[in-house]
Amino acid sequence: MRELIDPFKRLLDEHCPPVMVREIERGADWRPAWSAIAESGFLDALVPEEMSGFGLSLTDVAPLIEAVGASAMPLPVADTMIARALLARAGQTVPDGPVVLSTGSFPTLFAVVADHFLTGDPGNLQLIPMTEAASAIPGTLDRMLACPNTGLRGIAATLRSQLIAGAVSRVLDLSIAYANDRQQFGKPIGRQQAVQQQLAVLAELAVSARICAAIGMRAGLAPSLRAAATAKIGTGIAAERVASIAHAIHGAIGISEEFDLQLLTRRLYAWRLADGSEGYWAGQLGKLVLDDRPVSALSFALAE
Amino acid sequence: MKAKAQIVFDTLELSTLPAEDESLRAPLRALIAETVVGLAPDRRARSWQGFDAAFSRKLGANGYLGLTIPPRYGGGGRSPFARFVVVEELLAAGAPVAAHWIADRQSAPLILRFGTEAQRETFLPAICNGEALFCIGMSEPGSGSDLASVRTRAEREGEGWRVNGQKIWTTNALHSDYMIALVRTSGTPADRSAGLSQFIIDLNARGVTIRPIADLTGDQHFAEVFFDDVLLGSDALVGEEGQGWAQVNAELAFERSGPERIYSSIVLLDTWLAHLGAVGRNDEATAGLAGSLLARFMALREFSIAVTARLVAGETPLVEAALIKDLGTSFEQDVPALIGDDLAGHPDEALSADLYRTLLYTTHVAPSFSLRGGTREILRGIIARGLGIR
Ligand SMILES: Cc1cc2nc3c(=O)[nH]c(=O)nc-3n(C[C@H](O)[C@H](O)[C@H](O)COP(=O)(O)OP(=O)(O)OC[C@H]3O[C@@H](n4cnc5c(N)ncnc54)[C@H](O)[C@@H]3O)c2cc1C
Repeated sequence: MRELIDPFKRLLDEHCPPVMVREIERGADWRPAWSAIAESGFLDALVPEEMSGFGLSLTDVAPLIEAVGASAMPLPVADTMIARALLARAGQTVPDGPVVLSTGSFPTLFAVVADHFLTGDPGNLQLIPMTEAASAIPGTLDRMLACPNTGLRGIAATLRSQLIAGAVSRVLDLSIAYANDRQQFGKPIGRQQAVQQQLAVLAELAVSARICAAIGMRAGLAPSLRAAATAKIGTGIAAERVASIAHAIHGAIGISEEFDLQLLTRRLYAWRLADGSEGYWAGQLGKLVLDDRPVSALSFALAE
Repeated sequence: MKAKAQIVFDTLELSTLPAEDESLRAPLRALIAETVVGLAPDRRARSWQGFDAAFSRKLGANGYLGLTIPPRYGGGGRSPFARFVVVEELLAAGAPVAAHWIADRQSAPLILRFGTEAQRETFLPAICNGEALFCIGMSEPGSGSDLASVRTRAEREGEGWRVNGQKIWTTNALHSDYMIALVRTSGTPADRSAGLSQFIIDLNARGVTIRPIADLTGDQHFAEVFFDDVLLGSDALVGEEGQGWAQVNAELAFERSGPERIYSSIVLLDTWLAHLGAVGRNDEATAGLAGSLLARFMALREFSIAVTARLVAGETPLVEAALIKDLGTSFEQDVPALIGDDLAGHPDEALSADLYRTLLYTTHVAPSFSLRGGTREILRGIIARGLGIR
């Protein structure tokens, strides 16, 4: 996989560096960055080989999605990968431009920089062109698309989980580097036990986010409720806590626009909320548990 | 050691706001309503970051600023309880109070306590009118939590002083008339808290450069302020030369103890409650969340009144202020986290763009609640010292 990941990361670095992320968020033309990514062919990583894709599994592609998460890019690259795979497998026409997955009434992320949204059920996909309706929410790249609850919420949630895992690992790196660098009271703040404890918790959360996201990815393009829920609950909790810890460690500089941490933490908060928060998925999973009436927690865990 | 812990715990007790102060609410509400009526909730969520100089002057003209300042300096001559009532009404409504906030909260009491008679006569009436806007010059690029390490320097120059150095994160510097700055007047940063003094710096003075800094929401409330051979008269020194550290700590008690440390997310909380009413959601889980948030809010408010009572008693409640600020900002940070989980926990329920924008704004700025005015870790250190264990 290295031969895929390294060029993909270079592609993201080149076409969507932090300055570009900011410009697109402020309304600059995103099409050049999009075209470069589209031309690379990576958007068809999950499309079967016989349909001229890479024919990879979601687990194979997880590092690419992680890289998208870590890049904070404000374009629906990962959504489009999933959408193209689902459409191709369903024998439907795959459109050229960016596609977002939309699974409910809660605002859809990056819908302002997409040409279509995909909703409906895996067996009955609906690809709808984005019209310049009043649905855009000023000050964001999000739209209120008011889709009904769809069978796509599970795969959308596992996708958010993997994006969160990517952003979280980058936030951990930034926080460690900052704690070693920033001096107060004559030494790096990382020498303060209070800061060390927070970094330790941040690392625990980063690893658990990676494990939870992998549970989701392993379940493939049509994840079970238990896989999607386990992934999104763990990463949702991690996203919120990691963002707060990282900001605490960075102090005021982390609150400034020009420091890159905020690009990642704003994504963490957004992905946590998208396609059902941890509370939503806990409720869904809980209903399943109560309906199944397992004899024990272990028997429920083994029942997949 | 034990005795110290008892000081912290015993002096904080339930207090009642006097009736004459409660009576300030009704007329003030009418005045606030005129200004906030047209403001969207995500504007009101700016709370004490929202800037409107005309509104501050209006509050001044109606006697709502400088409430605790003696009437001979243009103030209200009332107790900190009166100020508590006014401040909580302003915050609850999400009124744009930033213009007068710092002057009213800490610069005026500082000048009253440590300033010369001439400084009181010059600045206090203008602050009470909402016409002299102040900012706080404590932090520097190399001095955040370690405030005693400041490097900005004032050296004697004839009768007055010459200032060189830099401040950062100065809220409202761009709109302010004056900064009260903590600077070194003798020794080196290694001398720590000895040799520090406070000055009132006219920000229009030659040699002052202000560069605004955008925050992660794009707002430009704070700034970098550079001093390049800025000349000050002898009357710019506040209090005694070399006593800056003690003075700044008294100032921080005012900065940390007020109700703004529990109200920063209140507009989101109220907008969410209105949403629940509008969509008719009142199941047990929702009720449980609303109940737990409101219970915390009500208890914190009483805690805050108890701290205000220490100000009424003439004390400088530094440890108490640290307690309430840590607890209060934790609540303020939990509000967007929990409400976010609730709203995104109901992905099939329509919500307004206003509520979504208010949720995002509050979520994004929430980490700053436990940074501004001293970080959580620093406050906990102060509390531990108050318990006699440091
Ligand atoms: C919105 C906002 C408005 C502000 N407005 C003003 C203003 O008007 N005027 C002004 O002067 N300043 C202002 N500040 C600055 C504020 O006072 C500082 O951010 C704060 O004191 C922390 O300093 P720092 O950001 O440099 O963080 P640092 O001191 O570098 O701290 C970084 C991290 O290290 C931790 N740390 C540092 N030392 C220790 C220790 N000994 N033990 C344990 N942990 C430690 C901190 O808790 C934090 O987690 C503002 C800040 C913000 C965010």
